[in-house]
Amino acid sequence: MTGISDFQLKVLALLQEDARLKPEIIATMLDATVEDVKAAIAAMEKDHVIVKYATIVNWSKMHDEKVTALIEVQITPERGRGFDRIAESIYLYPEVKSLYLMSGAYDLQVEIEGDSLKEVASFVSNKLSTIDAVLSTKTYFILKKYKQDGIIFEETESDSRMMVSP
Amino acid sequence: MTNEASQQSSVPVRTRQMSDFLNPLVREIKPSGIRRFFDLVSTRKDVITLGVGEPDFVTPRHVREAAIMSLDRGKTQYTSNAGMPELREAICNYLYNSFQLQYDAANEVIVTIGGSEAIDLALRAIISPGDEVLVPEPSYIPYAPITTLSGGTAVGIETFAKDKFKLTEESLRKAITPRSKVLILSYPSNPTGGIMTYEDWLPIAKIVEEHDLIVISDEIYAELTYGMKHVSFSSLPGMKDRTILVSGFSKAFAMTGWRLGYVCGHPDIIAAMLKIHQYTVMCAPTMAQYAALEALTYGLEEKDRMVESYNQRRRLVVQGLHDAGLECHEPQGAFYAFPSIKSTGLTSEQFAQRLLEEANVAAVPGDVFGLGGEGFLRCSYATSVANLTEAIDRIGQFVYKLKQQ
Repeated sequence: MTGISDFQLKVLALLQEDARLKPEIIATMLDATVEDVKAAIAAMEKDHVIVKYATIVNWSKMHDEKVTALIEVQITPERGRGFDRIAESIYLYPEVKSLYLMSGAYDLQVEIEGDSLKEVASFVSNKLSTIDAVLSTKTYFILKKYKQDGIIFEETESDSRMMVSP
Repeated sequence: MTNEASQQSSVPVRTRQMSDFLNPLVREIKPSGIRRFFDLVSTRKDVITLGVGEPDFVTPRHVREAAIMSLDRGKTQYTSNAGMPELREAICNYLYNSFQLQYDAANEVIVTIGGSEAIDLALRAIISPGDEVLVPEPSYIPYAPITTLSGGTAVGIETFAKDKFKLTEESLRKAITPRSKVLILSYPSNPTGGIMTYEDWLPIAKIVEEHDLIVISDEIYAELTYGMKHVSFSSLPGMKDRTILVSGFSKAFAMTGWRLGYVCGHPDIIAAMLKIHQYTVMCAPTMAQYAALEALTYGLEEKDRMVESYNQRRRLVVQGLHDAGLECHEPQGAFYAFPSIKSTGLTSEQFAQRLLEEANVAAVPGDVFGLGGEGFLRCSYATSVANLTEAIDRIGQFVYKLKQQ
């Protein structure tokens, strides 16, 4: 991948704030042409700098009883391949929301989401623990999400300024 | 007490109306037109406002923490009248690094309660009854009323969209009389977004010299210029001694609620202002001074990020107003666009009121800012991109509807 330009960084900063911002608006804000903005976005999509335009959902608002858990997993790395192939066999499960290789007391952190406690438990015992390289797992259920990806979930008064001022 | 005396004291000698107690000068000044518009806006729900004259950023966290830390350490006493020496030192360093100004922290600086107090101090320190104070308009509203309160007479100088609302040599010359004593300069300008370059300043400085004027230069928006660096009037050849430089932390560092500003000038003028300052407010709030010190020491990068963000939104709003069918000169400073609404055939007041009632968008009618403001609308772009695009859509539809009628 070639280095990211200053211009691309500015485009990214705006998209990170609002992925639905139109290229025309970004172009005006950055004093650039729409073509330049579109090209920059296309290049970053191609390079997987921009991975996906997803929606951050506060599921608790939907009276949805989804259960999320963080699982600490200790594994034995494979000769010659390290953690990557085992990681892949874990992240290919659609239940897995995120997967990180960690430094410290354990190796992988798995975030999984299920419709019920039972479903999560069964994923751990039937799918995760049965992988040969997995030595141990510790499962922590998430009770409440306050903030995700830099976005605060609680609704707070966002603008406390007076409506009109000198 | 004898019976006779108690009877006497129970008889009212004379009844004054409460308003008879008032100083005639106070009675004379009118409440701000912004206030009137604010009351109107407050009655409505779901308004998108372009009427706010302050940053939409919260004060950077590290600046807030510095104030909290100062409280935790028990720094809750008065500071020296002119402000903490280390803060005055930091202000002088900052002015030198950013605008090539050389002030002595010992006797040429006062830390004030916002730029507002500095303006009040300056006018009270220099005006005698009958003195004329020249104010290029449209302008920030308080200059004229405070001049009146100080016993002076404010003389507006109209500036025009065709000149990008710059003060021109001709209009300044026309306004000068033998009683002229003070020229108030406020660039970058609230409400027009106009700025003055070095070349624009030179003839103004010449006239100031010729007519032996003193200048109050309100440079509160100095950091908010786009595409060029602000030129302080005080940095012009020969102008330092004639300039009372007013600035503060509100706009550059998103610190409006802290009420912290400063004023720099000739030691004789500063000493006079310090007398008023020490009798009226003693000193600026201590915790706010610690916050300001942090802002100047570690907050300049954060400030640059905020300026870049204003610039992006400035382009958006100017383009949007053009697309909506309103003429708008390119504002090069502050965070206001000042489009003309003359093509709609409405007055500023009518336009602003109908825009509010029919499109639920608030913006301040230009006429409240004095001469030359009629026919314009102040649109603050210190608000989110989502609000701006929605407001511009609504203005576009509103203007289209007006022009169909």
